[in-house]
Amino acid sequence: MNALQIKNLSVAYEDKIVLKDVNISIPVGSLTGIIGPNGAGKSTLIKAILNQLPNKTGTVHILDRPLNPKDLIVGYVPQRNAVDWDFPTNALDVVLMGRYGHIGLMKKPPAKDKQIALDCLKNVGMEAFADRSIGQLSGGQQQRVFLARALAQEAEIYFMDEPFVGVDAATERTIISILKDLKAQGKTVFVVHHDLQTAGDYFDWMILLNKTITAYGPTKQTFTQENLQQAYGGKLFFMDQAKSNDNLVGER
Amino acid sequence: MNEFWVILTGALVGITCGLTGVFLILRKTAMIADAISHTVLFGIVMAFMITQSLNGFWMLIGAAAAGILTAYLVQVLQTGGLQEDAAIGVVFTSLFALGVLFITLFAGNVHLDVEHVLMGEIAFVPWDTWIILGVEMPKAVWMLLIVLSLNLLFLFFFYKEIKLSTFDPVFALSIGLPIVAMHYSFMTLVSLTTVATFDSVGAVLVVAMLVGPSATAYLMSKSVSGMIVWSMTFGVTASVTGYYLAKFWNTSISGMMAALVGVLFMLVFLLKPHDGLLWKTVKRVRLNNTKSVV
Amino acid sequence: MLTGNLLWVLVGTILLGVAAGLNGTFSFLQKQSLVGDAAAHAALPGIALAYLVFETKELPILMIGAAITSGLSVYMIQWIVNQSKLKADAAIALVLSVSFGIGIVLISIVNQSTAGNQSGLNDFIFGKAATMAKSDLIWLSGSALLIILMCLLFFKEWKLMIFDPVFAKGIGLPVERLRTLLTALTVLTIVTGIQAVGVILMAAMLIIPAAAARYWSSHLGIILVTSAFFGALSGAFGTMVSSLRIGLSTGPIIVLVAATLFLLSFFFAPTRGLLSKLRKKKEFKQRRVAQEAMSHE
Repeated sequence: MNALQIKNLSVAYEDKIVLKDVNISIPVGSLTGIIGPNGAGKSTLIKAILNQLPNKTGTVHILDRPLNPKDLIVGYVPQRNAVDWDFPTNALDVVLMGRYGHIGLMKKPPAKDKQIALDCLKNVGMEAFADRSIGQLSGGQQQRVFLARALAQEAEIYFMDEPFVGVDAATERTIISILKDLKAQGKTVFVVHHDLQTAGDYFDWMILLNKTITAYGPTKQTFTQENLQQAYGGKLFFMDQAKSNDNLVGER
Repeated sequence: MNEFWVILTGALVGITCGLTGVFLILRKTAMIADAISHTVLFGIVMAFMITQSLNGFWMLIGAAAAGILTAYLVQVLQTGGLQEDAAIGVVFTSLFALGVLFITLFAGNVHLDVEHVLMGEIAFVPWDTWIILGVEMPKAVWMLLIVLSLNLLFLFFFYKEIKLSTFDPVFALSIGLPIVAMHYSFMTLVSLTTVATFDSVGAVLVVAMLVGPSATAYLMSKSVSGMIVWSMTFGVTASVTGYYLAKFWNTSISGMMAALVGVLFMLVFLLKPHDGLLWKTVKRVRLNNTKSVV
Repeated sequence: MLTGNLLWVLVGTILLGVAAGLNGTFSFLQKQSLVGDAAAHAALPGIALAYLVFETKELPILMIGAAITSGLSVYMIQWIVNQSKLKADAAIALVLSVSFGIGIVLISIVNQSTAGNQSGLNDFIFGKAATMAKSDLIWLSGSALLIILMCLLFFKEWKLMIFDPVFAKGIGLPVERLRTLLTALTVLTIVTGIQAVGVILMAAMLIIPAAAARYWSSHLGIILVTSAFFGALSGAFGTMVSSLRIGLSTGPIIVLVAATLFLLSFFFAPTRGLLSKLRKKKEFKQRRVAQEAMSHE
């Protein structure tokens, strides 16, 4: 079974083509990085998969079915700037919102779900901040709250949009450890990632995107200099370090 | 006794608008509420033109329909590529102009007083009564109680849904929340609240009551429930104090209520511990002084 | 209505349309269309205050009062947004309604002190274009010409300031002063315009022609000219139509003409109009279907 199967997906906005002819099959249990330059359409791809874009052609199947939000199999971590952090609420409440799909319309959150939310906060190391106003949290702390909310969804497949942007080292370590845990549990995770330095280490599958799919597949085969140059339009420079196998990669 | 009804009406306005206003602020739709407060004129005129009667019930329907129409048209224009602020501006000014035109064309000799619609007259509230279930109370009080109950019912059933769809609509959509239905339901509630209120304080001042107390509460609350309580409190305070001051100075009651809404906002804006502007300025001055000593 | 008076009104509303169209374009591009609405409402307390303080209904005095409170409201909104977590929409709605409320209070005080006489200040709420006199025209033409002149002088500075204020500051443009000038001109337009169409409909003239013009071009110069043209056309056509029948107020009809122009632009403008965009989307989909059909062969 494929976790994600996309056929002939194209998205146009006004008269600009934002995504063209995307065809992907990614297996269950993989940890996939979605890589590409700015404006490549990475966030658009996520939104298209989540069926939040009306102007698309093509099909998206998750676990061999079209997406039905009521199935509660998809967890989502949006970009941090997707919400207004001045909203009057605390960290625990935000995580609890991740349970709303399970709790159902109109019902009050039972104690069991509040405990799940608290446990998820614990998993990301934020249990001490449970009743802290979200406006007082640092960027990394906010990101961890978002991650905890996605964990609270108890989904099968997770989509994360640039979770590593602007976070401190402790948060980065937390996110990586959560990703490893999810993989160990047999979950599938897709992460839009901006940092080419770390992409090769974090993910076992890769999607290289720049309006079209440059390449996708297991990291070793996909994350090559050749493919990267193509995806980034020849604007990368590579510094090979003789001592280790790490390449220093940067965007020109 | 009459004064009791007037004050009760004012208090109910403060409570109802304070409640609805919280989500206007949080959903950043304050200006759509302003738009609706203008387009209810159009709705009322249409109701009159269709039913040829000044029955309050049909005016309520007409105004509520105008409110939903406003929200819908703004959405249509935005989807057509127009930026939100201009969409709101185009829709409400056009519908308002249409309403004023229809009044002069078709209702010129009927007592459809435009000024009354815009500015209301709370002092006249006690004389227009409805009898429901054997109880006789002023029409304004009945309408406000009904609308308040509707608001409370909506919040009781959909509190967490409206909270999430306000905070993170993309996430809400991803777990299957009907956010479009929520948006239009809320806009309907705003229209009903506007209609129930404008009879007493007038359409334009409804906006003050909808936005002011909740904006003030926004500055000081750490939770949505806290914001609701503070907002309703500020609303009642502004309206009751406004009434007495207006009586004392023999001036417009609704205008005074709106003015007091502004005063309350300024007080919190300037004086709130830690966040208030004066507080922050004093802290900065003290910091500069200690620096210069060193 | 006498032909002579009609001519005055015609010229006045055309000038108003031009001024509002030009100012409105700059507000529109800064996404501040609704600030004009607040500024128009905030003129009311200023008029009443001027009357109370100076005890005269001389237009210039009242206009200065209106200009002061109107200008203050714009800065008030900015101040609140900058110094608290309140967002722009809430700040605008708050300033708009509270200042209007204060205006109502002051007007009711004025109405008492003039011994029950309707001071005529109510006219500012709805406008009385039909009674525009020669003196009003002088004000309107003055402000319209001033705005046109300023637009010509500061075209490229304002363009940069709106598009990229940080860069503009970086190359030494006095951004704050330019912005103040623009605000002052908007206030001037509002204050001279509310006599004709009233507070509530003044906002319409600032928003609708500019919004309509945006559908015809993405060059600032062309947008400005189109907006001014739409404003003038609304004023002229609206005045003519309202003169056809006794009892039709000019203000609402001018606004409705502008709204019609907007709808025509929204649907039928080439490239940016809705019909044009729908046609392009259909072509895009047809091309995709054709491509897919070919690739399956």
